[in-house]
Amino acid sequence: MNQEELKTMIAQLLREMTPGKEPMVKASEYRPTTQEQERDTKTGTDSAPMLEDISKIDLRKLYLVESPSDEQGYRHLREKTPARLGMGRSGPRYKTLTQLRFRADHAAAQDSVFMEIGPEFARDNGLIFTRTLCESRDQYLTRPDLGRGFDQENGEIIATKLPKKPEIQLVIGDGLSSAAILANAMDCAKAIIQGLKAAGKTVGPILYVKNARVGAGDAVGDLTGCRVVCILVGERPGLVSAESMSAYITYAPHRGIPESKRTVVSNIHRQGTPAVEAGAHIAELLLKILSVGASGVDLAGGGVH
Amino acid sequence: MGESLLSVGIDVGTSTTQLIVSRLTVENRANAYAVPDLDITGREILYESPIHFTPLKDAVTLDAPAIREIVAEEYQNAGIQPERVKTGAIIITGETARKSNARLVLENLKAFAGAFVVATAGPDLEGVLAAKGSGAVRWSAQTGKTVLHMDIGGGTSNMALIEGGNIVSTGCLNVGGRLIRVEGGRIRYLSPVLNGLCRLSVGDTVEEETLRPVVKMLVEALEIGCGYRAGTVSPGLITDRVMTLPPGEVTFSFSGGVGELLDTETEDPFCFGDIGPMLASEIRRSSLCRGDYFLGEQTIRATVIGAGCYSTQLSGSTVYARNMDFPLSNLPVISLSREEQELNADDLRRRLEILSQRYQRQTAAIYLPGLTAPGFDALDALAGRLAKAITVLPKPHVIVSGTDMGKALGQALATRIEGGILSLDGLRLQGESYLDVGAPVSGGAAYPVVKKTLVLG
Repeated sequence: MNQEELKTMIAQLLREMTPGKEPMVKASEYRPTTQEQERDTKTGTDSAPMLEDISKIDLRKLYLVESPSDEQGYRHLREKTPARLGMGRSGPRYKTLTQLRFRADHAAAQDSVFMEIGPEFARDNGLIFTRTLCESRDQYLTRPDLGRGFDQENGEIIATKLPKKPEIQLVIGDGLSSAAILANAMDCAKAIIQGLKAAGKTVGPILYVKNARVGAGDAVGDLTGCRVVCILVGERPGLVSAESMSAYITYAPHRGIPESKRTVVSNIHRQGTPAVEAGAHIAELLLKILSVGASGVDLAGGGVH
Repeated sequence: MGESLLSVGIDVGTSTTQLIVSRLTVENRANAYAVPDLDITGREILYESPIHFTPLKDAVTLDAPAIREIVAEEYQNAGIQPERVKTGAIIITGETARKSNARLVLENLKAFAGAFVVATAGPDLEGVLAAKGSGAVRWSAQTGKTVLHMDIGGGTSNMALIEGGNIVSTGCLNVGGRLIRVEGGRIRYLSPVLNGLCRLSVGDTVEEETLRPVVKMLVEALEIGCGYRAGTVSPGLITDRVMTLPPGEVTFSFSGGVGELLDTETEDPFCFGDIGPMLASEIRRSSLCRGDYFLGEQTIRATVIGAGCYSTQLSGSTVYARNMDFPLSNLPVISLSREEQELNADDLRRRLEILSQRYQRQTAAIYLPGLTAPGFDALDALAGRLAKAITVLPKPHVIVSGTDMGKALGQALATRIEGGILSLDGLRLQGESYLDVGAPVSGGAAYPVVKKTLVLG
């Protein structure tokens, strides 16, 4: 099944689920349930009743087994994982709600990969906009190598608009989840800048890279001569969260540097490490990497960063 | 590969005094690619003292020098030096806590305790420590069941309600095996909590049957006080508060000196010179033991193990400190509500002024419920308001947030105010309590803390 067919199928599914509404769930609008949202959906209806948005059900509280022998005990375990446990069954198959929720989560994951972040994101946040060699999202997905390099035009933007040989260069790249970047990147970046400021360090403008792989940061290293590059990038979405972001930090970055030289902070999202607190942690990690002069396994003397 | 902390627990109870030495292991539970998540993952008991009778000068006064001697001797037996002890608690429990010279005893013991061992008491904390030390909390966490734990000692019964491994409430009654002491068939001591509740007096000749009505009354107080039976507990028997039970199945568990006797038949009810064995046999016949019940893995040692192994907890693992010296002892907690943390800077300053009046010239720990996964602007605005408001308080500033935002908040404050700052998270605190903070572990990633409800000394 190719991408178009898949999209059509998901659109069809969603159309059946929410009659009369724009069928596409934009990943940017996909949010895990909060109590406020629950309240909104309950009180905000004044006309025809709407179908419940099944993507807003908190899976950790959902328990569908009929006549369980120890429901309290199972719910206690259930609280600890977002995995689809205790979903019951109907004959040999999933219950309808489980099946629909699975496909809705899958659709949100798909959307966060395929959705493109417009140029206004960089403009509104004062980022310097560039793109990798990828000409389209499709090409980005099929040619990882092109997601790590820049053409001459973009290379010149990086070389001229960013400071030369800075200690730290911050980069934001869409990676495999645009939703993750929209949800977390700016909060995280601002916290990094504040954390560095608390230690008396300043950083220059942040670079935005469209269709970026982690390795795009290595090229930025070559072009700017920075001592450390920190790229915030969207993680490949899963069925639990489509909004998870990682920070890859590389000391003395250059094209072809081994992956073992990277220090990673992953799982940055609402239900993981919140973006702002992660940013505060990354700021101190950057300071440590600068003072030790190493990242990745070279840095990991102690078990804890 | 964990880091370890040597911890000591000393329990000076109504009837017994005990000491344990344990090794707490701190480990990072997160994978190498995530923000660290430190926790205490191991609690190994290295030394258990024999059980000493608590030395008393007279019926109501602790013999401070004698207690000091016991502790000194046990340190020697355990082969540890006070300097090596990194954490732990000295706890004066039961009826003893109200005795006039508790403060003197703690002063006497502090010299043995290393840099960071807190001297503490308070029925709230005792209930928590006994429930954890007995193993009841772990059992509840493993099974997901609701447990009512009772630690029945010489002077008090500490109760804790545990739901799925979380202690949700505590209560304490003045019910214990040493409220009446009997020697040679006569009453030698009668606790003042029984005043007006029985017609006995010191010197009376007694036997089992004479005392049975009093013991029955005490067990009834336990049944009512834990919420298992309707009725009212006479105010004199309530130490701090009674409890209510949630609907649904509750399993009882027991520890403490009297708890230990639940499974033992004694020939002579006065073999310990008190009413402990009678109390135990009456509890066994009561409604408390009608359904499922069990004795803790630890019974008579539950509280001391709680003090040694469970009094210390770790803060969240993303925290911030600048220009701070440790340990910090007896920081009074100023607790702000969710609404108060949203106040503008001027109102917040006035509020802090009022709340801190009692603690002038002393650093307090300001507790905020915190923001859940906040945006940067919301966090920065909170830091801005706080930075202006806390100027009314003495330096250094200690802030504790309930949610995961300590490091970001600390950094945001650091760009705004001078002087020492400690910003912790991942702890829940209440007003009218106190906090001790020890030196950091894992290169500053997290801090060992002890929460307590009452400070002596």
